[in-house]
Amino acid sequence: MKILVCITHVPDTTSKIAFTDNNTKFDKNGVQFIIGPYDDYALARAVELKEASGGTLTVLNVGTAETEPTIRKALAIGADDAIRVNAEPTDSFFVAQQIAAIAKENNYDLILMGRESIDFNGGMVHGMVGELLGIPSFSPVMKLDIEGNTAKMAREIEGGKEYLEVSLPFVAGCQEPIAEWKIPNMRGIMSARTKPLNVVEPSGTTENTKVSEFQLPPAKGAVKMFTVDQVADLVKALKNEAKVI
Amino acid sequence: MSVLVFIEAADGVVKKSSLEAVSYGFKLAGASVTAIAMGSISSDELAKVGAAGAAKVLHIADSRLDNGVIQAYASALTQAVDKTGADTLVLATSSLGNAVAARVAVSMQAALVSNVVDLPETGSGFKVKRSIYTGKAFAMTEVTTAKKILAIKKNAVEIKEDGAAASVEALVVNLTDADFAAKITSVDKAEGDVLLPEADIVVSGGRGLKGPENWGMIEDLAKSLGAATGCSKPVSDMDWRPHHEHVGQTGVKVSPSLYIAVGISGAIQHLAGVNSSKYIVVVNKDPEAPFFKAADYGIAGDAFEVLPKLTEAIKAAK
Ligand SMILES: Cc1cc2nc3c(=O)[nH]c(=O)nc-3n(C[C@H](O)[C@H](O)[C@H](O)COP(=O)(O)OP(=O)(O)OC[C@H]3O[C@@H](n4cnc5c(N)ncnc54)[C@H](O)[C@@H]3O)c2cc1C
Repeated sequence: MKILVCITHVPDTTSKIAFTDNNTKFDKNGVQFIIGPYDDYALARAVELKEASGGTLTVLNVGTAETEPTIRKALAIGADDAIRVNAEPTDSFFVAQQIAAIAKENNYDLILMGRESIDFNGGMVHGMVGELLGIPSFSPVMKLDIEGNTAKMAREIEGGKEYLEVSLPFVAGCQEPIAEWKIPNMRGIMSARTKPLNVVEPSGTTENTKVSEFQLPPAKGAVKMFTVDQVADLVKALKNEAKVI
Repeated sequence: MSVLVFIEAADGVVKKSSLEAVSYGFKLAGASVTAIAMGSISSDELAKVGAAGAAKVLHIADSRLDNGVIQAYASALTQAVDKTGADTLVLATSSLGNAVAARVAVSMQAALVSNVVDLPETGSGFKVKRSIYTGKAFAMTEVTTAKKILAIKKNAVEIKEDGAAASVEALVVNLTDADFAAKITSVDKAEGDVLLPEADIVVSGGRGLKGPENWGMIEDLAKSLGAATGCSKPVSDMDWRPHHEHVGQTGVKVSPSLYIAVGISGAIQHLAGVNSSKYIVVVNKDPEAPFFKAADYGIAGDAFEVLPKLTEAIKAAK
């Protein structure tokens, strides 16, 4: 089985979000970058599937040279090789085009990625790639098993889940509990240094959206504290002040 | 602007977030909004779509669409866009909505913006505000295509309820076997609960509740408020609660008018899922718990003591 896992390079979940250049750029100062947590689930499941049934596992990132440590980490976790499409990933459709172009050349049986990136939260690249390739796409997928040419999966729906069956190939946007995050071991880290990381230039260049300005939400006021005996006062405040009950 | 709004239904009931999308469409285009619904939905339910602002509802009454088959939905929606000549498709950001809209965006060559929180600015170009960094920031997003798809964040728009009755028209689309290549074999649903992502009030419990056997207190409080229940990630990881209740960075992002967090420390990853709530109440026995910094109201006390009292006080106030 040939598996492709697409990963994002995103600020650590504890990062302080701030902007520079007149609120047109994300402030990377002091920010740690990680594999997107949802992509990390996809990668973990891909490693398990590969271990169970053999085949190859390629990771793909659309990003500039600064994402390479993140890509190496994915190699350390268990991918065999990596492709970096050398471009700033600013628009979902642009990214989807890059992934689809690589997929067309390589005929993967399975294309996995996170349900969404945790920076822009678009949640649409998997579906766009599916449509561009003319194959099914599913998200958010929380369980994925493969037997021969058939996949059985569970997709989260609001307030529950649905179980599906489909033939390969397809695209899945993944989330927990599809697998547990894997931490690279020493051997993985050593071998990742020499695994191939191929850099290719972007193909399509269509961008449908462009961010003109970033904004931060207004700061929250101070918390009003109540003691255990003032529960009734809290209820009053919710009723008369906040007017939410 | 010619607006088509995609209606999502669960078990034949139109989702609240879809009515929000209709009302958004109405604000965008005025009285000419058309909505499209799929699968078995009663005329009473379709009437709600009219009240929320749609002048016309196109209905594809094909029972194969009772479940959200992503490809079939995308194909049906693309054909509906073609037939109506709509230039703007509006829908709710949701687990099905995004999956479907992404495919439609490619087939109708439209830009797709998700998590939209406000009406567009159309002074120079078309700019729309969306929530990013899991609610920690916003991006004014310029759309450069003629056709657009806007996926509206839940609870970002108030539902209009004074619209007229919509005319309902049957729509026939051509769906192929390939559209149904994925077979939905079964569906598991929580019974009779308020849907967490759509809820107006959410009561969530964390590891401070000590074990699944204590969730009755959370449920009692939720019931007294007509609220949905949620939980922190460790709680669903330990299987105290089902995964679809897990709130936060890697779980459900909620934006209710009231979020009540009990025995949750307020880790930044949990806050990421709740920071769009209008009001936050925190109950935690540790007065230094980080969650208090993100809260509007707080009680520093033991959940086992506070919860029954709070439930009683709410019942008394009703
Ligand atoms: C990449 C990543 C993603 C993550 N995503 C999420 C996510 O989506 N959602 C999420 O929730 N977490 C997420 N986490 C985990 C997060 O960091 C925290 O570990 C988690 O939120 C803690 O859950 P908790 O508050 O229930 O437990 P704890 O941190 O253990 O807090 C329990 C709290 O209960 C209080 N308490 C104890 N007893 C009582 C009592 N009797 N009465 C009242 N209060 C009491 C304690 O004072 C404490 O504050 C993520 C972590 C990472 C690294």
